Amino acid sequence: MEAVGKGVDSASERVEEIVGELRRSFTERRTVGYEWRVAQLKAILRMIEEREADFMAALYSDLSKPQMEAFLHEISLVRAACELLLKELKHWMKPQKVPTKITTFPSSACIVSEPLGVVLVISPWNYPFLLSLEPVIGAIAAGNAVVLKPSEVAPAMSALFAKVFPEYLDNSSIRVVEGGASETTVLLEQKWDKIFFTGNPKIGRIIMTAAAKNLTPVVLELGGKAPVVVDSNCDLKVAAKRIVVGKWGCNNGQACVSPDYIITTKSFALQLVNALKNTLEAFYGKDPLESKDLSRIVNSNHFERLTRLLDEVEVSDKVVHGGQRNKELLFIAPTLLLDPPLDSLIMQEEIFGPLLPILTVDKVEDSFDIINTGTKPLAAYLFTKNKKLQKKFVMTTSTGAILINDIALQIANPNLPFGGVGESGMGSYHGKFSFDAFSHKKGVLVRGFGGEARARYPPYTPMKQKLLRNLLNGSIVALILALMGWPWRE
Amino acid sequence: MESVGLDLLVEELRDTFESGKTRDFSWRKAQLKSLLKLLEEKEEDIFMALYKDLGKHHCEVFRDEVGVLIKSVNYALDNLKTWMAAKKVYVPLAAIPSSAEMVPEPLGVVLLFSSWNFPIGLSLEPIIGAISAGNAVVLKPSEIAPASSEFLAKNIPLYLDNKAVKVIQGGKRVGEQLLELKWDKIFFTGSNRVARTIMSAAAKHLTPVALELGGKCPAIIDSLSGSRDRKVAIDRVVGGKWGPCCGQACIGIDYLLVEEKFAPVVIELLKATIKRFYTKREYISKIVNMQHFQRLSNLLKDPAVAESIVCGGSIDSETLFIEPTILVNPPLDSDIMTEEIFGPLLPIITLKKIDDCIRFLRGRPKPLAIYAFTNNEKFRKRLIEETSSGCIAFNDAVIQYACDTIAFGGVGQSGFGQYHGKFSFELFSHSKPVLRRSFLTEFSFRYPPWNERKLKFMRLLYRFDYFGLVLLILGLKR
Repeated sequence: MEAVGKGVDSASERVEEIVGELRRSFTERRTVGYEWRVAQLKAILRMIEEREADFMAALYSDLSKPQMEAFLHEISLVRAACELLLKELKHWMKPQKVPTKITTFPSSACIVSEPLGVVLVISPWNYPFLLSLEPVIGAIAAGNAVVLKPSEVAPAMSALFAKVFPEYLDNSSIRVVEGGASETTVLLEQKWDKIFFTGNPKIGRIIMTAAAKNLTPVVLELGGKAPVVVDSNCDLKVAAKRIVVGKWGCNNGQACVSPDYIITTKSFALQLVNALKNTLEAFYGKDPLESKDLSRIVNSNHFERLTRLLDEVEVSDKVVHGGQRNKELLFIAPTLLLDPPLDSLIMQEEIFGPLLPILTVDKVEDSFDIINTGTKPLAAYLFTKNKKLQKKFVMTTSTGAILINDIALQIANPNLPFGGVGESGMGSYHGKFSFDAFSHKKGVLVRGFGGEARARYPPYTPMKQKLLRNLLNGSIVALILALMGWPWRE
Repeated sequence: MESVGLDLLVEELRDTFESGKTRDFSWRKAQLKSLLKLLEEKEEDIFMALYKDLGKHHCEVFRDEVGVLIKSVNYALDNLKTWMAAKKVYVPLAAIPSSAEMVPEPLGVVLLFSSWNFPIGLSLEPIIGAISAGNAVVLKPSEIAPASSEFLAKNIPLYLDNKAVKVIQGGKRVGEQLLELKWDKIFFTGSNRVARTIMSAAAKHLTPVALELGGKCPAIIDSLSGSRDRKVAIDRVVGGKWGPCCGQACIGIDYLLVEEKFAPVVIELLKATIKRFYTKREYISKIVNMQHFQRLSNLLKDPAVAESIVCGGSIDSETLFIEPTILVNPPLDSDIMTEEIFGPLLPIITLKKIDDCIRFLRGRPKPLAIYAFTNNEKFRKRLIEETSSGCIAFNDAVIQYACDTIAFGGVGQSGFGQYHGKFSFELFSHSKPVLRRSFLTEFSFRYPPWNERKLKFMRLLYRFDYFGLVLLILGLKR
């Protein structure tokens, strides 16, 4: 296990050594072959299978995550990602032939995926298993050496990774470095071929600024205020269930794709609030403190942050359900608020917790304007049967992804890229997109020595000039043919 | 220009974008067609501007800039509708009623920085991509090519929608002012040093960037047997070194790697070809300005480097002319071998065996392109697998720029972000996944309260396969 260094210097040296070792490993082409990548992916599957109980325990220790969530949202998704990669890797590693046109005739071209080199993955605390392993799997599948820095806010999972990785994976090319801000700073001073970061936009800026020094490309999976628009023309019972499980069933609202706030029409608001209240009671009982199906707030910092959002003047009186809290247990009940002011903290910052404001508008279309005044979120949701409204929503809302009539499922479809836009991030992954995120798509052009074009080269004799000039007035195809000297004869 | 003025300008662009005008297929098509008109009607002016800035012959301008642009615009016009269409995505279960698709959408207002060596080409090529993708655009051309910058500032407003596409001229100060504003993407072509500043500034707003940088692009010349092959190869090498802007090109050949036995043949052929091509001064561009002229002459001042010159070497500071110069084995730690040359000096590094080039390249910064002239298939395979570069081209040089189907861009120190063809469209778009579900199918144990029985059931079902599990979540399995 990598112990936290005693001083910045020793931490710096240690990290430099690790990166140096990984770079040597990569230069010696250890990670490039298909067999190595497959062996690592299979080892990860074995690791998940044999240590599942340990991973579940770590999730419970760090987050009090209910077993069902831990299994559905973390374990099974990672397993599925591994299995998909194992199935498709050979195919994805093949060069992809592309057509060539008259411009470069005669020639053939293809695109080859090659690994970038040594990459850094920094993961967050809320899905510490999934958001560490899914990018790491992508990096390995693409043939890179990788350092994982798990979040120190989920210490049990971080320690577990540091322990089991060397037991299952190739230590010369895959490493875990534990630690907090100072270790991260030291890591960011190294030269990486890509940095993959999941977390909040403030840190995202720091990461990108550090990456700029070495011109390192980055993938930033950030967050945002994911809005849910609820139209009166929907199946309210089903919508309420999906919203509730999408909010409080995803790490108790501490998830980047979880609904942040709802917008609905004034005339429908009461019905919606009642439906949500009923569903909350059905799922979590009359006293949610007793329910075993809710994660806790991760730590006291976030607990303080969330209570501050709730207790702000003009906000605290907008609570229509919930609001109870217990500091020792780091518990805040599922809370609904109705029309808090738009300039309040709870409506300006990403909530990342079990508080759900509901804004009301006159016409449901007005909600689109509200959404567009904010920064672009990672996901936006709409519940409606009205196809025209759906279409308008898709056209006018710029967001990482759009899901209509359900919540969060986009993360489970490996054929869809998962990533943000604007403040919610840059780059994407999942499925083949993970493989692509950690690859360089190298163009390969092969020409023969035939088909030489004299008009390409000087001296630009009057005849050549005339040729080019005449062809200029003709079709571009003819011109390019002449440039290629085919079927030209001098 | 005052930064307040810039603020207002960008606000105008943002208003235009918010109005939805630039998303329209007909708007994008009209802009592209106008661009074509600009290239056709103002061709003489383009030739004149490039002659003034760089002493380029108009055949070179047509071959490297205007002609390529015309091809690119036509390619975009032919494919725009396809690129803009939503693409259906396979949902693993053909689960009706549930559908997924990817909808491309523009990013918003984008900022383009172009460089001075292909000032028209490297300005308009990204504009083609940005407009095809439906964005509003600010272009800041390089002040080091002032005539071209002036040309763009004057003519773009005449042909393109002035409310959506603006050209802002200026130097470093204007660049810095622009970087303080918020953009939805920044596209930069230029040097590594400036790229770092751009990316740091972009980080403040979490603006994604594409950086088209350079590097030392090597040309590896294998011992070719046929005299015809040799001639064609060397023609292409000469064309790939001194043809594009007298060596001042990011994808131009920087230096050669040749087996020592074969080197004398190569040198003789190079000398002969240079003589054959450059019968007149006007067939080769000049060095862009005194600063670069001095930089290049300084590379030759190093005595060990000067000693290695076998051909050329004469310089004329009044006309900013440096003769095509060939050097053999200058010291590997000299500036000429550690920095990107960006000029008409061609070092030849000899190796014992040509395969040694792979070890030579390992550990050196990844260039924008690697060129290899060889008929040996095994050697080709090794080069593809064991070297890394933006792209790799065999038996020709520079021409990959004209190929729309392979993406153009660097890796490592040569940059990131790729464009040309549909890659340009994608670079300036956000491909937004859209999933639609219906209310009809529901499944109860997705929801709390959860218990051992539900979890067990999940596990059991999951053992069959992941898709089964997704079916379950989607409520299609009971």
